[in-house]
Amino acid sequence: MTALLEVEDLHVEFRTRDGVARVLNGVSYHVDAGETLAVLGESGSGKSVTAQTVMGILDTPPAHVTKGSVRFRGEDLLTAKPERRREVRAEGIAMIFQDALSALNPVFTVGFQIEEQLRLRRGMSRSEARARAVELLDLVRIPHARQRVREYPHQFSGGMRQRAMIAMSLALDPEVLIADEPTTALDVTVQAQIMDLLAEIQRERHMGLVLITHDLGVVAEVADRIVVMYAGRIVEQSDALSLFRSPGHPYTAALMKSLPRLDDKGAALDTIKGLPPSLLRIPPGCPFHPRCPRAEDVCSAEVPAPARLGLGRTSACHFAAEVLNG
Amino acid sequence: MAELLEVQDLVKHFPVTRGVLFKRAIGQVRAVDGVSFTLSAGETLGVVGESGCGKSTLAQVLMLLEPPTSGSARFEGEPMFAMRGSALRALRRNMQIVLQDPYTSLNPRMTVGDIVGEPFEIHPEAAPKGSRTTRVRELLDVVGLNPEHINRYPHQFSGGQRQRIGIARALALRPKVIVCDEPVSALDVSIQAQVMNLLRDLQSEFGLAYVFIAHDLSVVRHLSDRVAVMYLGKIVEIGTEEEIYQHPTHPYTQALLSAVPVADPALRGQRDVIRLTGDVPSPIDPPSGCRFRTRCWKARDVCAEEEPALVDRGGHLSACHFAEERSVVP
Amino acid sequence: MTDQIAVLAPDKPRGLFGDAWHALRSRPLFWVSTSLILLVVLMAVFPSLFTAADPGLAQLSRSRQPPSSDAWFGFDNQGYDIYARVIHGARASIVVGVLATAGVVVLGSTIGILAGFYGRWLDAVVSRIADIFVGVPFVLGAIVILTTLNASGGAGPVRIVAQVVLSLVVLSWPVSMRIMRSTAIAAKQQDYVKAARALGASPRRIIFKHMLPNCVAPVLVYSTIALGAFIGVEATLSYLGIGLRQPVVSWGVMINSAKDYLRVAPHALLFPAGFLTATVLAFVMLGDAVREALDPKLR
Repeated sequence: MTALLEVEDLHVEFRTRDGVARVLNGVSYHVDAGETLAVLGESGSGKSVTAQTVMGILDTPPAHVTKGSVRFRGEDLLTAKPERRREVRAEGIAMIFQDALSALNPVFTVGFQIEEQLRLRRGMSRSEARARAVELLDLVRIPHARQRVREYPHQFSGGMRQRAMIAMSLALDPEVLIADEPTTALDVTVQAQIMDLLAEIQRERHMGLVLITHDLGVVAEVADRIVVMYAGRIVEQSDALSLFRSPGHPYTAALMKSLPRLDDKGAALDTIKGLPPSLLRIPPGCPFHPRCPRAEDVCSAEVPAPARLGLGRTSACHFAAEVLNG
Repeated sequence: MAELLEVQDLVKHFPVTRGVLFKRAIGQVRAVDGVSFTLSAGETLGVVGESGCGKSTLAQVLMLLEPPTSGSARFEGEPMFAMRGSALRALRRNMQIVLQDPYTSLNPRMTVGDIVGEPFEIHPEAAPKGSRTTRVRELLDVVGLNPEHINRYPHQFSGGQRQRIGIARALALRPKVIVCDEPVSALDVSIQAQVMNLLRDLQSEFGLAYVFIAHDLSVVRHLSDRVAVMYLGKIVEIGTEEEIYQHPTHPYTQALLSAVPVADPALRGQRDVIRLTGDVPSPIDPPSGCRFRTRCWKARDVCAEEEPALVDRGGHLSACHFAEERSVVP
Repeated sequence: MTDQIAVLAPDKPRGLFGDAWHALRSRPLFWVSTSLILLVVLMAVFPSLFTAADPGLAQLSRSRQPPSSDAWFGFDNQGYDIYARVIHGARASIVVGVLATAGVVVLGSTIGILAGFYGRWLDAVVSRIADIFVGVPFVLGAIVILTTLNASGGAGPVRIVAQVVLSLVVLSWPVSMRIMRSTAIAAKQQDYVKAARALGASPRRIIFKHMLPNCVAPVLVYSTIALGAFIGVEATLSYLGIGLRQPVVSWGVMINSAKDYLRVAPHALLFPAGFLTATVLAFVMLGDAVREALDPKLR
């Protein structure tokens, strides 16, 4: 069976004045219908660049895809014609962003921006499109949708704007929704509302949801499967429950230990020493080895291949099995 | 023992003006609207709240960067807002601030040495001229940076390192209080832990008191002895870290704690979920009575008519007519 | 994106101006424009390096002679050697440009940074005054100022140059003032200024140490382009007969005296006009290159 959306061995580099930054170094993941895949990583891990490559919205230059494929229902998008890509982008895969204010066009009403796609792609009349836009705003629980459809993005609060963007992304019934840090800019009470909404929509529509985030808490609450990224590589891949119960990569393990807890004041936090590597000079071997507590000679010499740790679980660590067993 | 810092009924309103040459006020943003608390030496008071609750304005007023509209604050018993001249200079040496954004809080045209050494230029009595470079190197070492990097510029450092530079600058004059305004919220998880540990170590080493302002409840709990929860310019609940997190009595605190995602998928569906509807109302025109009543599931008529006082309701101060303990943290 | 930039930042210690220089060095546009500007400046400072001929020597017998091997650019209506005058004319143009730019930048920036820093009534008053000056049509304003100053006529070269510079400064300061004011307002909001204030830094220290170094870049870019523009404006005023005039030699003055003989002696106009255009263009190009190098957003 082919996956709904599949990224395979994606390599992307940014050619800058200071050299070539290897932003993605062989990223592979897939998402099926009705599934929530969380892509977890810190800044510079390549989690957003992967999504932008999938959507074909990467600025080229400086970015160059040097290897790999992005397949939607088995069809390679990277080699597809521009018209076909636009079509898939409109109907197959939609994306929502962290900053809804800059993602919405300030000079058009929220309603117009939703209706535009419907008229263009679905051939709806003005009034049909308007009715559908109101329905969509209702669906994302924007109160008084009939009035608010005529308002401009700046008249919406942060949470409402995010809802409007979700409504817009749903207009053409996409099969995959990519959400890039959708709640990072929001307050915690509003974040909870938006995450509930996303989870509900994903369930009802049986969509594939790719949730890109740095927040382990958000991941734990909604993800079915998780991929953990570091320095442009996937270091661990697992179902959510197993990952949190027993991480299989030293980076994931360290990340979890460095998190302050809500239920316990706790003593000093465990930290990950050092800094994420410069993408211009990624360390040889395992990119995490300079910061890894259990690094040995082999780690700086050889790039670890993903080791299987049971059903659907992999970890790109030379000592994956030992890490898993504590 | 006298408290180090005593804040009483602090109010800060910003006028909302219209007009170009002749400005007229058309309203007031009630950013901070009657806040009282105390801080003792060596203690950390956490201040949590969502955007628009006034926690950052509180920091600005405490640091005398903005004049208060009314209210008083005493540092070691002396009224702060009336200080001028040498008293004010002494206060500056005793109270410092660490700001949120590591990218804008350091002057990009100054070297790290100049940035961390600036406190000594402004307060020459704090360190004799010849010893300043040594002191700056010591400070860099204390915050975990390589003293050899003294001549580098801020843009050559990562976010976490920059935040350390900002901490070194705040530490230079050996203050008694450091106001930390969201010091780790711009940092990645792995770096955040490093900076939090640093703040903790510095506290025990130098006996610092912190006013620790943040929106991340886990971060606040980790560092705080006592916690104040703010909503629309007011403290709605204040108590020890244990009281606030394990035995919250104000509905807003409960909702806030309940909304924090917990990094444990086994707890899915097991937690006490409180979902607030709507957004925070505008601080220009806050609701009458209790400001939280528009989003509160317990609200009754009395909540609109009478503002609940911040008084002891079951072990610690809480500003709710219907304060009642509800444990939401698993 | 800031995080990404940080990840990509080089390790070599370098100031922001060092970075800008690094960026400029690799731009051909920068080298072309600076070479042109250096050449013109050299002409202005040491005209004798380029010509031995006397720009003040009128040989009516050679009036309107076309370019030849001993007078490369030919002669004008009065029988002046055009090549010699173009070379010597650079000085007046550059002097007017440099002085006017310096005046505009110093006056405008000082007022602008003070207005931006102190805000309130000072800012309101200064901004309204600037609006009034911007409202005055430039050429009309210059005509009024210059004819008033020089009602009696018969001024010496130094006085004429001073008058032109003064009128340019009076009419143009609001532009640099506004640029400085808006960058100063932005800089004042920055956290590093807050941190300095929290340390108890004096207004003087904040203005000179924290705001000025972070505010000069846009004004610097403006001044480079303005310098070119002022040279052009000088020529315009001279052409209209109210700017520099005889005995001062400038490109504008030359164009002015050549305009009536355009059909019979086009070379008398083309050469000074060409030098003028090239010089203005060089400054505009330099301004462009500097702006790109200094703008952190483009990095």
